Amino acid sequence: MARIIVVTSGKGGVGKTTTSAAIAMGLAKKGHKTAVIDFDVGLRNLDLIMGCERRVVYDFVNVINEEATLNQALIKDKRCNQLYILPASQTRDKDALTKEGVGKVLEELSKDFKYIVCDSPAGIERGANLAMYFADDAFVVTNPEVASVRDSDRMLGILSSKSRRAEQGDEPIKEYLLLTRYSPARVKVGEMLSVDDVQDILSLHLLGVIPESQSVLNASNSGVPVILDEQSDAGQAYSDVVARYLGEERPHRFIEEEKKGLFGKLFRSK
Amino acid sequence: MSIDTREPAKPVLEFKNATLNVPVLILHSANLAQIEHQLLEKISQAPDFFKHSPIVLDLHDINSHDLSLDVQTLIELLRTNHFLPVGIRGGNDEQNQQALTLGIPYHSSQAVTHPVSEKKVETLKPSVTIEQPAEPVENKFINTPVRSGQRIYSRGDLIIAATVSAGAEIMAEGNIHVYGALRGRALAGVQGNPNSRIFCSRLEAELISIAGNYKINDEIDSDNLNKPVQIFLQEHALIIESI
Repeated sequence: MARIIVVTSGKGGVGKTTTSAAIAMGLAKKGHKTAVIDFDVGLRNLDLIMGCERRVVYDFVNVINEEATLNQALIKDKRCNQLYILPASQTRDKDALTKEGVGKVLEELSKDFKYIVCDSPAGIERGANLAMYFADDAFVVTNPEVASVRDSDRMLGILSSKSRRAEQGDEPIKEYLLLTRYSPARVKVGEMLSVDDVQDILSLHLLGVIPESQSVLNASNSGVPVILDEQSDAGQAYSDVVARYLGEERPHRFIEEEKKGLFGKLFRSK
Repeated sequence: MSIDTREPAKPVLEFKNATLNVPVLILHSANLAQIEHQLLEKISQAPDFFKHSPIVLDLHDINSHDLSLDVQTLIELLRTNHFLPVGIRGGNDEQNQQALTLGIPYHSSQAVTHPVSEKKVETLKPSVTIEQPAEPVENKFINTPVRSGQRIYSRGDLIIAATVSAGAEIMAEGNIHVYGALRGRALAGVQGNPNSRIFCSRLEAELISIAGNYKINDEIDSDNLNKPVQIFLQEHALIIESI
């Protein structure tokens, strides 16, 4: 049975798609067969971030409407043979998604895959609700600012009351916090909420802090999930997130401002 | 189709008498516009409580003052506001007939002679009363954070062993206890109990209210903010006291 992960936030532009692409790639790199689904019907982006936009033939809505089989619509990643992408339809809207249709697709994927990552659209409407409805785990992506934190809080309320697990009285969805676009320097001068501030409001299990980084933008532009950029701080942070999710103990990084190394000090003093 | 009556059939149903608690709506005026206005006001205080609530209409007061009332319009008004009228009492023949045509039974029981607050729950009197233990007040206990946008209603006390986020709304007919930061709205005594209180380990609420007397965050003395407090009502004034 697959584990279904929803990457959600409520607010837009916080890094859901970047996170979905990174953790799906991370899980696949660890040898787990992983599918990543774009639920943002009408505003699809995941294919761009994954760099497979020119290979889309059929999409999620085609599969729901039984115009194509799942195997026809799934795009195999060129860099990792354990990773498959199910793109959203760009020409339809969220009403094309039905609970039965989504349920059927996820059930079919569950037979074959170890992890299914659902990239939720922003908002708390149909697309977002269906992305989280069947989830086992939720990665709540939050930026360290008040609007994003409040929207995440709202989303957490929905996760605990409107999911399939909540409706059937099963064990609730496991919720994890992912703090993205974090800048310790700006936290220090009080322009940004700190990890502790966010935790005070959300009190969630912190899975990782992703630093604000140019590498994320570069990765998105070139269609390479940032986790593959092993030199970058954001890439390393996502690797930590995946490792922690899989049960490894790793200390949190990128929370404190980077100290100048010994060489930096030496050169500066001269 | 014939039914074999020789063998006594296993009983698949039985009739029993039961005492049920049903709220009674006592009308003091026949002015439908006024009724609707005040009804909506009551509902807005506790929407979840009134939604799909069965209700008995008491027309005794109106009829004793010889006021005429259109029962049909009133029942439609209740139904559009998600009440489920299950009976009328104290009505005259014409009103009783009107009710019957709408599928609502009438009760001939003499209306109350002592003033009963509409907040109290009235008991219908069936011909035979079967003894039934009084229903205990249902307290509600929650130990997960109450998130923004969530609403929680308790018919008794409400005890929350976690934080209440900004944008959440917690309501209780009794007391409210929050063992964590209270950042949302907290309304105690929503059915009018002035003796109910709010307790919290950290007051950051957007709004606090007891029996309809409220204060917004701006009106809370900054000395009390971010502190453990209890809030109670004294001569219609909300008192916040640190604990």
